[in-house]
Amino acid sequence: MSIRFRLNGRDVEATSVDPHEPLLHFLRARGLTGTKEGCAEGECGACAVAIVRTGPDGKTRYVPINSCLVLTPAVHGLELVSVEGVASDDALHPVQLAMVEHGGSQCGFCTPGFVVSLFAEYYREGRQLGDYDPESIGGNLCRCTGYRPIRDALVSLRLPSDDDPHRARLRAEAPKPAALSYEADGVRFERPIDLASLFSILEAHPNAKLVSGGTDVVVEVNHRDARFDVIVALDGVAELRGIELTEQTIAIGAGEPLAAIEEALHGKVPLLDQLWPLFSSRLIRNRATLGGNLGNASPIGDSPPALLALDATAVIASKHGERTVPLDGFFTGYRKTILAPGELLRAVRIDKPLPTIQRFYKVSKRVMDDISTVAGAFALTLAPDGTVAKARLAYGGVAATPARAKDAEAALVGKRFDAQSVRTIRPLLERAFTPMDDHRGSAAYRKAMVTSLVEKLAFELTSGAIEGFEHAEGTR
Amino acid sequence: MSTRSMEPTRRHVGRAIPHESAPEHVGGAVYTDDLFPRFSNVLHAWPVCAKVAHGVVTKLDASAALAMPGVVATIGEGDVPGEGNTGPAVLDEPMFDGVVRFYGQPVLWILAESESLARRAAAKVVLEVEAKPAIVGIEAAIEAQSYHAGPFTIHRAPEASDVTKELGRAPRRLSGELHVGGQEQFYLEGQCSFVYLDEAGQVMVHSSTQHPTETQAIVARVLGVPKHEVTCQALRMGGGFGGKETNASPYAAVAALGAWKTNRPVRLRLDRQRDVMITGKRHPFLGRFEVGFDDDGRLLAVDCELYADGGWSLDLSKPVLQRGMFHLDNAYLVPALRVVGRVCKTNVVSHTAFRGFGGPQGMVVIEEILDRVARATGLPPHVVRERNLYRDGDRTHYGQEIDDATRLRTMWSKLCESSELQERWTQIEAFNASHEDRKRGLAITPVKFGISFTTAFFNQAGALVLLYQDGSVQVSHGGTEMGQGLHTKMIQVAADALGVELDTIRLMPTRTDKVPNTSATAASSGTDLNGQAVREACRAIRERLAEVAGIHFHVAPGDVVFEGGKVYPIGRADDAVSFAKIAKEAYLQRVPLFSTGYYRTPNIHFDEKAGVGKPFHYFAFGCAVTEVEVERFTGQYTVIRADILHDVGDSLSPLVDQGQVEGGYVQGVGWLTREELLWDSKSGRLTTGGASTYKLPTLGDMPLDFRVSLLEKAPQPGVIHGSKAVGEPPLMLAISAREAIRQAVSAFGDAPTLVELACPTTPEQVYWAIEKVRRSAGASERVAAEE
Repeated sequence: MSIRFRLNGRDVEATSVDPHEPLLHFLRARGLTGTKEGCAEGECGACAVAIVRTGPDGKTRYVPINSCLVLTPAVHGLELVSVEGVASDDALHPVQLAMVEHGGSQCGFCTPGFVVSLFAEYYREGRQLGDYDPESIGGNLCRCTGYRPIRDALVSLRLPSDDDPHRARLRAEAPKPAALSYEADGVRFERPIDLASLFSILEAHPNAKLVSGGTDVVVEVNHRDARFDVIVALDGVAELRGIELTEQTIAIGAGEPLAAIEEALHGKVPLLDQLWPLFSSRLIRNRATLGGNLGNASPIGDSPPALLALDATAVIASKHGERTVPLDGFFTGYRKTILAPGELLRAVRIDKPLPTIQRFYKVSKRVMDDISTVAGAFALTLAPDGTVAKARLAYGGVAATPARAKDAEAALVGKRFDAQSVRTIRPLLERAFTPMDDHRGSAAYRKAMVTSLVEKLAFELTSGAIEGFEHAEGTR
Repeated sequence: MSTRSMEPTRRHVGRAIPHESAPEHVGGAVYTDDLFPRFSNVLHAWPVCAKVAHGVVTKLDASAALAMPGVVATIGEGDVPGEGNTGPAVLDEPMFDGVVRFYGQPVLWILAESESLARRAAAKVVLEVEAKPAIVGIEAAIEAQSYHAGPFTIHRAPEASDVTKELGRAPRRLSGELHVGGQEQFYLEGQCSFVYLDEAGQVMVHSSTQHPTETQAIVARVLGVPKHEVTCQALRMGGGFGGKETNASPYAAVAALGAWKTNRPVRLRLDRQRDVMITGKRHPFLGRFEVGFDDDGRLLAVDCELYADGGWSLDLSKPVLQRGMFHLDNAYLVPALRVVGRVCKTNVVSHTAFRGFGGPQGMVVIEEILDRVARATGLPPHVVRERNLYRDGDRTHYGQEIDDATRLRTMWSKLCESSELQERWTQIEAFNASHEDRKRGLAITPVKFGISFTTAFFNQAGALVLLYQDGSVQVSHGGTEMGQGLHTKMIQVAADALGVELDTIRLMPTRTDKVPNTSATAASSGTDLNGQAVREACRAIRERLAEVAGIHFHVAPGDVVFEGGKVYPIGRADDAVSFAKIAKEAYLQRVPLFSTGYYRTPNIHFDEKAGVGKPFHYFAFGCAVTEVEVERFTGQYTVIRADILHDVGDSLSPLVDQGQVEGGYVQGVGWLTREELLWDSKSGRLTTGGASTYKLPTLGDMPLDFRVSLLEKAPQPGVIHGSKAVGEPPLMLAISAREAIRQAVSAFGDAPTLVELACPTTPEQVYWAIEKVRRSAGASERVAAEE
């Protein structure tokens, strides 16, 4: 089979492309050099392209992603717009004009990425005149301008006109995931679209590399020359998708992009609402999945502590059926999980009722688009008398796996959560972890943060900085 | 009646127009690495990098790599027909001599049919290195007495005295030291060259270089050919910031060797990982100081040692250090000042130019000193700073007279007023009194930055202007475009010098076969130097055209008006003919339609031995007020507001200049806060060597409220159209952010407390500084209670 996709309104067909080749290099080698490489790890956004995708609202939309982190065969069946496809034949696109007029480009190298992000934002359903959503360009780095003119260009955007051809495109459906079985340079690339075919591929190729959003695996490919004989893409598998909300539970498909979860669960789980703006950038979240973030079991992933605090359950599937384990037992060591060969994470379940108080803190060198030095996700379920019935103090960046401070959690039960009780658990928190020194932070700082973030929570609760606590107080 | 041609009225200079390439940028403009798909038969280069900081190569075997289908050649020892040394200042950068001098050093290059293949092949090369002890960091270099250059001394003191005596006489003294971190340029476009032998057998070098002439020279050197065999073109760069002043040439040299050996086009681009691992950065500095002052916070004497980490080769480290020494005064009078500087020789990348070129490091040290004086005297830091500002007639420690200190002082007061410094100071005190977890800080700092290359002979520039018979014009000059808007300004200057519209001018890619022997586009001097040269060239052509038009209209040449693409006798606009018509007429009358232009900066000199001179044509000024909020539990902080008043003289291009000021400030804030270069002291490896570990400012790091103004009606005599250089100076406005953080940290303790703040002030460093301040406050409370 060959790789087929639509790019800027034209059909593209590719054979003999090494499946490890990121889309960015594929485009550039074919003369579409408007899309630039700035970092090859999804930090800078210079390589952004927009895909036409169905959103959680069921509507077709443009979704910007980093083309450096997409393997070329992974765009099979998709429809894409690169910077070359933004303008119409004779005139710059309104987002391009806005960038020109506001002085939004200096060296111009990051500019195509910004243009694509702005393009997607321009057509966002429900965008109002003057809207400013920093997240819409938060995954694009600029070294020249200091961002002010780019922000102003964004804020200045008018609404698309009725005869805008890109807008017209959104009235029709987005392409559905298509199966692909492809081989080149002795490397197989399989993209099944249902679990049954996935399991049969895995049976044939037990050592296959599973790739979901690819935002971690492709960094390994780009930076550490990782190579695989067989790559299996999970992004087409229907059973890994979907977000279900019932009275009792919230079930999130492991293959759902984080941005889709963010949107679908908006306002429903405060901890997650706090998490997403601090989780990398939207360019990444548009492609990265929950399954990937949990499955790679990085100690500095941001969703694990949040989900540990929510007592989430991992739903694990294999060809023999499903089993569930508490997420707390999912991580078994540095970048290791409980998953056996032939198994994969199908979904994550969060059972209700949700904790009374939920808070996510991330300590990092910068606020947007960064990796945690330490993340703290805290959830307290309060008894009617206002004392702690259940506490979850979960962390990233302080141990080989995402982990909870269980002794401290237990010691909080039955107490009021305040500065006094935090002082009591302080020795337990200080003993809880033995973090490491690295370039993100010293061991001493990480250790200090374990306690300091809990103190911060106590401070914010007692000073009234967190809403919801008053409500909890009212229930005493 | 004048015979000289009238200067056309300014129509374009001073107008806010977008960057000349902006319409291309937004659609994906062409950069050096975008050329290769336009050629066939291209080879791709990839380095084999040593993973040792210092050692001798004992084995280098590429046979397994060369056995891979599609791997065409290697470039290493034996492939250099000329001199295998890429050193820009002195010949201390041997390309392939079997010695490893820093972690990541390329010892061999692979050429293959694709980049991915070259890369995989590089991984198959067997490289063994016998490790030797490595020197990592300034303190290790001092201990080993490992220096490239120095000591250099600048010493000024009142007559019959010296700094030591003046320190002895000062009523109060303090001493301290400060490590100032380096900074990765992180131009979004990495180093890139594309080289082929052209149809005439000449070497055509496309390079993302700030210094095409030097790139040409180094390519000619390694190939062993005269310079006239090599042409270097720099179309545009995806950012430079100094990082492509000398650092572009070694890669152009390797690509040229590859093209020479294989007779195929060679593409060499460094991906981010390799770029950060092997190219030079802003120099880390160490300043050790002893300060004498009085109870009013007036500086009386400063004795300072400055060490710059030069890395493995000299590169530009000497003038970088020197600029650091020149800027140790920033904008303050220090009656007795001695600064002794040394360039350390270490086993890390060879640190190089970066916006400010050592100046910022020197200025951070004096601002540190002023803050310590303020804490020691109990005076607000802004009061201490203002008291020490230069006055007209003062001389710097290297003897240059300051004749426009009034301008800086006026800017200072204007900004204090417009930023409501006093009111906000009071508001912040109230805020801090009512918040335990968060404190705010406010600080104002000045910038005085010397403009000119301190190596006098670099201060020259050339231009070539070609007028065609249809009236269209090509302008070439020696400067390169890296986003700073130089070409935009040159178009404005040329259009006004010829009296034509902007679209009459085509700004040509910078090439060494158009304008030879150019200086680097650096030291903020691009516009000052090239602008004068472009104007000269245009004026020469206009004067010839005025003669022709004079005959046409039967008036004196001095009475011919050139305006908006029209030419007419003064007072007779109705008789106007097009500029193109006069151009055609000139051609028919056998008048040459092209000209060169040339400029050199007058009256600059510096006696290195005596440490005295006038190294700068003038000073650029700026002031910034920054307010931050710091959070106690984590040390994380936010820049809430920044107010800037910057002096660009009479702006040539306000949109461009504002962009330089804003961008420079944010880049400077990055340097001083979140951008952290960490070298492993044992292996010499940079552990923050990529985009995910080295943190540039994002949109979220821009001040929430950002108010930038350019000083108005501020012509600078003797500079093109009264403008001032703008590339580097704004970066140093960011020192106000560092000082504001310090002010906020101090609010967690008993003011006034000494606040030791590492540089960069990452959230972790802020956290530790707060802890220290709180502990000492707690301690003094306990003492008070016991008493």
